[in-house]
Amino acid sequence: MMSSSFNIFRVGISFVMVCIFYKSSVDTLPELSPQKYFSTLQSGKASLAYFCQADSPSTSIFLEELNKAVKPLQDYGISVAKVNCVKEEASRYCGKEKDLMKAYLFRGNILLREFPTDTLFDVNAIIAHVLFALLFNEVKYVTTLERLQNIEDTLKGKANIAFAYVRAIGTPEHRAVMEAAFVYGTTYQFVLTTEIALLGSIGTEDIEYAHLYFFHCKPVLDLTQQCRRTLMEQPLTTLNIYRFIKSMEAPLLTEVAEDPQQVSTVHLQLGLPLVFIVSQQATYEADRRTAEWIGWRLLGKAGVLLLLRDSLEVDIPQQANVVFKREEGMPVEYLVLHDIDLVISHVEKNMYTEEVREDEDDDIEGPDTDTLGIQDDEVAETVYRDRKRQLPLELTVELTEETFNATVTASDSIVLFYAGWQAVSMAFLQSYIDLAIKLKGTSTMLLARINCADWSDVCTKQNVTEFPVVKMYKEGENPVSYAGMLGTEDLLRFIQLRISCPVNITSVQEAEEYLSGELYKDLISYSSVSVLGLFSPTMTTAKEDFTEAGKYLKGCVITGIYSEEDVSILSNKYTATLPALLLARHKEDKVESLPLANTHAQDIVQIITNSLLETFPEITVENLPTYLRLQKPLLVLFSDGSINPQYKKAMLTLIKEKHLDSLTPCWLNLKTTPVGRGVLQMYFDVLPPLPLLVVVNLHSGGQVFAFPSDQTVTEQNLLLWLKKVEAGLESPITILPAQEWKPPLPAYNFLHMMDAAASQHSSRKSPECVKETDVQENDKEQHEDKSAIKKEPTETLRIKHWNRRFLGQLITGRVSTLIGSPNQTFTM
Amino acid sequence: MGLSVARLWGSPGLLLTVALYLALTLHPVQASTPPHRDYCVLGAGPAGLQMAYFLQRAGRDYTVFERAPGPGSFFTRYPRHRKLISINKRYTGRANSEFNLRHDWNSLLSHDPRLLFRHYSPAYFPDASDMVRYLGDFAARLGLHVLYNTTIAHVTLSKDRQAWNGHYFILTDQKGQAYQCSVLLVATGLSVPNLVDFPGSEYAEGYESVSVDPKDFVGQNVLILGRGNSAFETAENILGVTNFIHMLSRSRVRLSWATHYVGDLRAINNGLLDTYQLKSLDGLLESDLTDLAIVKDHEGKFHITLKFYWEEGNQRADAITLPQDDSDNFAMRVAYDRVIRCLGWNFDFSIFNKSLKLSSVGEFSKKYPLVRGSYESKGSRGLFVLGTASHSVDYRKSAGGFIHGFRYTVRAVHRLLEHRHHRVAWPSTEHPITQLTSSILRRVNEASGLYQMFSVLADVVLVKENATAFEYLEEFPTQVLAQLETITGRQARHGLFVINMEYGRNFSGPDKDVFFYDRSVGHTEDAWQSNFLHPVIYYYRHLPTEQDVRFRPADWPLPRPTAIHHIVEDFLTDWTAPVGHILPLRRFLENCLDTDLRSFYAESCFLFALTRQKLPPFCQQGYLRMQGLVGTESLRQHRVESGALQDHAAADRHREDSGQWPGYHGPVGHPQAPGPLVQPLHSNKEEL
Repeated sequence: MMSSSFNIFRVGISFVMVCIFYKSSVDTLPELSPQKYFSTLQSGKASLAYFCQADSPSTSIFLEELNKAVKPLQDYGISVAKVNCVKEEASRYCGKEKDLMKAYLFRGNILLREFPTDTLFDVNAIIAHVLFALLFNEVKYVTTLERLQNIEDTLKGKANIAFAYVRAIGTPEHRAVMEAAFVYGTTYQFVLTTEIALLGSIGTEDIEYAHLYFFHCKPVLDLTQQCRRTLMEQPLTTLNIYRFIKSMEAPLLTEVAEDPQQVSTVHLQLGLPLVFIVSQQATYEADRRTAEWIGWRLLGKAGVLLLLRDSLEVDIPQQANVVFKREEGMPVEYLVLHDIDLVISHVEKNMYTEEVREDEDDDIEGPDTDTLGIQDDEVAETVYRDRKRQLPLELTVELTEETFNATVTASDSIVLFYAGWQAVSMAFLQSYIDLAIKLKGTSTMLLARINCADWSDVCTKQNVTEFPVVKMYKEGENPVSYAGMLGTEDLLRFIQLRISCPVNITSVQEAEEYLSGELYKDLISYSSVSVLGLFSPTMTTAKEDFTEAGKYLKGCVITGIYSEEDVSILSNKYTATLPALLLARHKEDKVESLPLANTHAQDIVQIITNSLLETFPEITVENLPTYLRLQKPLLVLFSDGSINPQYKKAMLTLIKEKHLDSLTPCWLNLKTTPVGRGVLQMYFDVLPPLPLLVVVNLHSGGQVFAFPSDQTVTEQNLLLWLKKVEAGLESPITILPAQEWKPPLPAYNFLHMMDAAASQHSSRKSPECVKETDVQENDKEQHEDKSAIKKEPTETLRIKHWNRRFLGQLITGRVSTLIGSPNQTFTM
Repeated sequence: MGLSVARLWGSPGLLLTVALYLALTLHPVQASTPPHRDYCVLGAGPAGLQMAYFLQRAGRDYTVFERAPGPGSFFTRYPRHRKLISINKRYTGRANSEFNLRHDWNSLLSHDPRLLFRHYSPAYFPDASDMVRYLGDFAARLGLHVLYNTTIAHVTLSKDRQAWNGHYFILTDQKGQAYQCSVLLVATGLSVPNLVDFPGSEYAEGYESVSVDPKDFVGQNVLILGRGNSAFETAENILGVTNFIHMLSRSRVRLSWATHYVGDLRAINNGLLDTYQLKSLDGLLESDLTDLAIVKDHEGKFHITLKFYWEEGNQRADAITLPQDDSDNFAMRVAYDRVIRCLGWNFDFSIFNKSLKLSSVGEFSKKYPLVRGSYESKGSRGLFVLGTASHSVDYRKSAGGFIHGFRYTVRAVHRLLEHRHHRVAWPSTEHPITQLTSSILRRVNEASGLYQMFSVLADVVLVKENATAFEYLEEFPTQVLAQLETITGRQARHGLFVINMEYGRNFSGPDKDVFFYDRSVGHTEDAWQSNFLHPVIYYYRHLPTEQDVRFRPADWPLPRPTAIHHIVEDFLTDWTAPVGHILPLRRFLENCLDTDLRSFYAESCFLFALTRQKLPPFCQQGYLRMQGLVGTESLRQHRVESGALQDHAAADRHREDSGQWPGYHGPVGHPQAPGPLVQPLHSNKEEL
């Protein structure tokens, strides 16, 4: 076997020189005589020559393709020539017949390989074959799994492997692999196969396309251990392979302790995003393991860094555990992602959008059409997902223009006004049907509904122009609009408490029954407080105000009125000064009295509403808004299940002693309100054991303070802690984000698209751009053109953009590799 | 005197006698104070009655003047062949009455469901006498104040500083009785047959008088001048009995299905096109009538020649050169037995005094009087043109010249007058911003006014401060958008949306192939290329100025907006698809208003309320006011499945370690189901 070795450093130099030399002179195929050709061969330099008869046609498909290969091959330091075999200078390379002409690859004047022209069917095949021949040793061709295994075993602990499957030799993918091997063949062992079976046996299912794996064999020290593999997910192109291998070279995990905004690694240059896993001293080990795992998962897709929060000088949001940096110069995103899969999917999603953006950023500041079409409205999405379920709609009466008036005047009715195409009202319709199921056969109230998409006139006449709306129609009364939560429970209460309020109480005995809850036994479960207004018969204004308030509160609390002559019996008993309000709290079995002198209806409503509030409520999804209205910071005790009696006692004592007046003390049962866990996840990076006591300053500043979990909850400790919080001596565990709710995603910029089309259209019309023959066609194909207009520039722009952005790097990358490893040799 | 007269006028039962009485008694003192009306309507056709209805409902002082003894006199005579070409579609499969009006081209607007045309005729193309009956019922049942048998012969202007508009309109009837009007609403339609002057034009019979009995045309050669619906209607009637019909007009025939303009030739009348193209001797020719001359020969037959020949000849029929003398294959070399003129109608300008400055649209076109986009005459304030005569605003574009169009423009004029003279602001409804998508959707899916008067009337959404609420105004004339505040009495300080309906820009036209392959667009991102009528929403950060409106880009119904949205055309004109129609609309509105318009369940609002300082509008306007959407268990399940909701209850079960990564259990297993891609909380791109 003949072998020649030379310093690759020289090749590098000669490559650069060749570039300079050829730059101005030729990209076309030189035509030489055999003698001339052989005289130009330089030792150590590769050359591809096509020998043909002098009288053969000057053009052929092969020659065209060979012509195209001139420039790329020159980039690899390989010259190309067409040699004309003239009779006088017969060469042994000149075939005897026209059809048997071949191409020959020489190094110096040594023949390396001969190629029948049909194997060099296009430019890709020419380059692939030539490089394959030259890089015979760098790229091992295997056909069996054993061979692959052998190579893998020998390289363990020494070098990594780039293993590629291509469908056939000479394909564009093969060329890409060979070009990559030209650059990286000295650093990594390239292994190539065309055997599908081989690919299947290493566990790839989708074997239709070319694949490239990176085998991480260098770190493997135990020979029985397999090399870890990373699959390149992008299509096999030179550029993609370059990016992929570059990212394989980058460290799996980097620790940083500087502002993520300032951090930059090779990933960003490669167009890959960075993912910072935020760590702190206490959880460093676990975080590092997590980050490494993420690093492996994201290898080739993103750079993963461990951000040490404790040694960080800049502030990052307390609760953020992941920082995402999409591109150099772009603001970083702070995220809270509690699952590795979420991190992965976030990156994958954003990688995708990044690519889409790329091809549009010169053209249309384009929304990513795929994500724009994804429903991000939870109500719309769930209603849509539920569309096929049959609801027992027959439990409610469907009204029409003809039946509406007759129905609502004939019996007491509740009417749901909805629109069939509106998600919120369709979601509520389900609750409404649930209510009908609950009330089936028990209620005298007729449950009806009307679809305003069909009967829009009826709805407009009932003053309903938004959806959903619930109205109660009772004989002799104006219809009442329901203003409570759009759910089964609250609506049920509204219906049950529909008795005319205030109820007129006519005797002291009846009043006592009313206050004890006897009178409306079945309603007590819906209204924990019964309100009784006491008036002497002459207090007409006060009575009017109270009646008005009672009407307003209809459906949420029972109110009664007593104004007989003997009202003093009651006022004396409950030590009230007339006019007065008695509040009977059925749960606690006690009756309070409040003076009502000169109180307007609105204020009465306020008094009664406030009296419905508890001092230490269990906070739920339904009642939170009522307590938020107080505009005080919440003191929430998060409890997993029912509340610890000791805690409760401590809290109640503090409440009683008026220490908590500036707060809204409450507790949250995670068993009944599981969404509370989501709240805790936002508050705590590391969730301490429950129960947890937290102050949330929702209305000013958004600070969240947590009662130290190492302290026991006693009145003293609590009080001390609250004082410190109030004095600003405690530092918040987190500050709730204060940003506005912006559009979740961009919209289609139709104006932009129309402008683009218009300018395209006008430029097409300008005579410089259009050949005469095209004009007529343009008019004819105007409509087809429209769609073409949109796509064509995008395609070209993408290529241009990529060329600009990456190909430059690719070339510089290659040169530096070649220069940087002067001792490597080509071995023939 | 004036007072007592006004009182008498209030009772319609006495109208006729009173009118007579007035005519007799007032004559001597007429010069001093003629009886006064706030509103005078000329003509008791569809437009006049429609305006009368709105004035009546608003309790205004008005009278309609009608020369005939009953309403709709035009329809007692026309169309000559009695078949209306306005669609009377009685079944749509939909219960929504507003939607159904989209396909009812004959009814006027009223609150009385009995006054729908479908109760008057079962025919898809109804008979004109049904229209007369309908209009009679409309006027009678609604008790409209119409003064029949009163021909207004003369209208002049009388300056008066006290008057609403600085002048009164003085109307004088055939008996010399005068009436003083603050506002004049001209709904006289187009009543003068259009005549083209050329030598021999006197030989042509007019559409208005030609026989409609086919027997009169048996075995004749007929030439019809014109190519509109009346010409084709006439041809259709005699097609089977003539030798042939030639139809002559200046420009090519415009087919309404190609132009989307209902005034162009309707398919129901185009039988002659069929026979022409199927080589049945009938034919269409294009030539300018004014270049021609008709010569009558000694046999009483008509020959077509050029005006040029006629002028140089000595005007004796037999001596005039005919084209075929020079060019023996001249198309119209045969002699015709009849020439029929069907050249359309013009507005009757004759009764209006010059002082009114009621001019025609163009120097050469006397068809329509010149009006503004608000239908007010450019010449005198307080004079409005309604109905067919107001069609110059959208001639060959929309339906303003037809009942199904002008019933809405009349309403717009009435709303304008209500604000101008009675301080009643343009009707509107106010809603929280979370209802914006719904409000727009509702209208584009049912509104008839938008649908019929596309690109002429549009809905307007006025955004309130901080974009927390909006006002919704219906059917505002787009051409006077700049004057919106003065016309409606509503404020447009914080941006506005205009909801319009449009055909694709290059879709329609007399020479366009409207059936080309791939004519419809299905993808939301291509919605701007939609061809069929579809909703288009314009967003303006500021109310456009008059300059903006006047110098808007060519072919744009509205000035260039800050942003535009097309809802993709829909085969069923049902724009309620959650992802195809509603979602892109919401995204557009969100991006215009820079807010998040998604809806959330109470549970999500609860989470936001405790973990964020600000809430999305839906939670603010619903949940925080104790009107949160609770949802059912099955919907909750869907939320978990869709990933919108992290299943906290389920997460609980897997939570062994309280570490930062609950889902992390080493490289092998991930017991937690791959949950949401991004929780809703984070999907809002955060910039902290």
